[in-house]
Amino acid sequence: MISSLYLVTVVTMTCIYIILASGLNIITGYAGQPNLGHAAFFGIGAYASALLTTKAGLSFWAALPLAILITAVVGLALGVISLRVRDDFLAITTIGVNFVVVSVFLYFTFFGRALGLGGIPRPTLFGYNLQKPQYLVLVLAVVALVMALCWVFSRSRLGLMVTAVREDEIAARCLGLDVTRLKIIAFVLGTSLAGLAGSLYAHFMTFISPYDFAFPVSITIMCMVVLGGAGTLWGPVVGAVVLASAPELLRFIQDYRMLVYGSLLVLLMLFQPSGLLGMGSAFAGRELRLAARARGRVNQGG
Amino acid sequence: MVVQQIANGVVLGSLYALVALGLTLVYGVLRILHVAHAGVFVLGAYVGVLVYLPTGSLALAIVSAAVVCSLAGLIMYRFLYRPVLGRPPLVPLIISIGAFMFLEDLYRLVMGPYIKSLPVTIRAAGFETAAVRLTGYQLFIVAAAAGLLLGLWWLMRGTRLGLAWRASAQDLETAAAHGINTDVIIGVCFVIGSAIAAVAGVMVGGYYNQVYPSMGSVPAYKALAVIVLGGMGSVPGTVIAGLALGLAETLTMVWVGTFLPRDAIAFLVLILMLLVKPTGLLGRAS
Repeated sequence: MISSLYLVTVVTMTCIYIILASGLNIITGYAGQPNLGHAAFFGIGAYASALLTTKAGLSFWAALPLAILITAVVGLALGVISLRVRDDFLAITTIGVNFVVVSVFLYFTFFGRALGLGGIPRPTLFGYNLQKPQYLVLVLAVVALVMALCWVFSRSRLGLMVTAVREDEIAARCLGLDVTRLKIIAFVLGTSLAGLAGSLYAHFMTFISPYDFAFPVSITIMCMVVLGGAGTLWGPVVGAVVLASAPELLRFIQDYRMLVYGSLLVLLMLFQPSGLLGMGSAFAGRELRLAARARGRVNQGG
Repeated sequence: MVVQQIANGVVLGSLYALVALGLTLVYGVLRILHVAHAGVFVLGAYVGVLVYLPTGSLALAIVSAAVVCSLAGLIMYRFLYRPVLGRPPLVPLIISIGAFMFLEDLYRLVMGPYIKSLPVTIRAAGFETAAVRLTGYQLFIVAAAAGLLLGLWWLMRGTRLGLAWRASAQDLETAAAHGINTDVIIGVCFVIGSAIAAVAGVMVGGYYNQVYPSMGSVPAYKALAVIVLGGMGSVPGTVIAGLALGLAETLTMVWVGTFLPRDAIAFLVLILMLLVKPTGLLGRAS
């Protein structure tokens, strides 16, 4: 019984990471904007949901959409500020956003400071209190919904326009696209998903602390996206499953965990930099394989 | 009180500037965010401990740290960054972060998780007036930082090597086409940057009298804020930004109190400044 509950916890956390990685994938994978502060928005969603249920007395079902909305609004504000700068500047600015948000959680009594927030209720459905296994079913349903949304996004006009911005900003501008607006839309979409993940996390753990959303978490999410293959639909899912289960599977080497994790990242980036499902990989989807072959032919032809 | 805080801020700022300089040099030519640079900084501190404790010579500790770290920097460039030079910037960034995680854990395993002390004593006299008091060691830090910066400035402005460096920083391919061996120039950047980080590592370890595996975590990301503030790749900008950050941190403690943790101030300043001038203090418009 204990071991199955442990499994439920690991699977739920993996699902939450899938949502986080898919959200970051919209920002970094499709729109090509590095965001190393994704955990900040995860935290904003979690804190918003926790405060709305414990202090304002709302139910989970009301707090969840509100938490997403709040995260989206903060994401919009911070996105408008951060997206003034590009590439490396943006990467560092988003690191900064992460540090500042965590220290706000740490320094205001309203957010529970270093002690965090506890007593967050699990949701009730038709009068039943959802326990961890039932909650997992809910989370799985949300993941399915998120994946469907991401699929629609990647096929939509909006998705194509955003991808055009990633490929060549100047060309996209010449085609009459509002580059800034598209970047901000992608940023808000991605951060809203982080808010969703945050709310799910808060009501699963029933206790949250600022360190759950610190910079290393952003790194983990980014690694999931890049490991799986940024800009592919299923890449972030694969990355989240691999990296969320890796610490559990690597438990037998307990002491050397970060050593192995760090070297895995380095080796992967050296030998398969576009990710497990990215271009040039044996696991890549059909379109990417064809694109890689075509690109090879062009390069050979001179 | 305020004068004392300004003096403390200058000491702190000199240390920030030294750590961030290596990043600036590397970023200048390669456009790579070398996060693992902080791992080199910690390596320097550990070499300092290993040499200083048995010999008692600060000079020897600093020199050996600089030599070991230069080699480490070169190895990192050769095996981590050179294979992925043409890749999108996220690839070297993740490699760098992975290498930094690896190094932190390696130090923990090899040197143990506990704080090692580096009880540096220095014979130079301190400086004391009614308003301000600086220890000999603090004066030494500021003097060493100033010396290193002047040396670097001469190297970049007064030598052919510096000319080659500046050409490479402007355009790597064009520089190569003009017969500059850019691979050597990049290697030199890693050597000089890592050596300066090693000096900073020994000095920080001695300043707080502690050396521990994760002492690089905060400098790693704070140094990134410093190089953005200074306008990516600008050496004088980095120095000004490092000093400004040191002063901002100590002065907000005086005037505002502990409003936010000190480590968040760097990024708050950064975000506020990007609102006003998105290219950094001395940055060029891209």
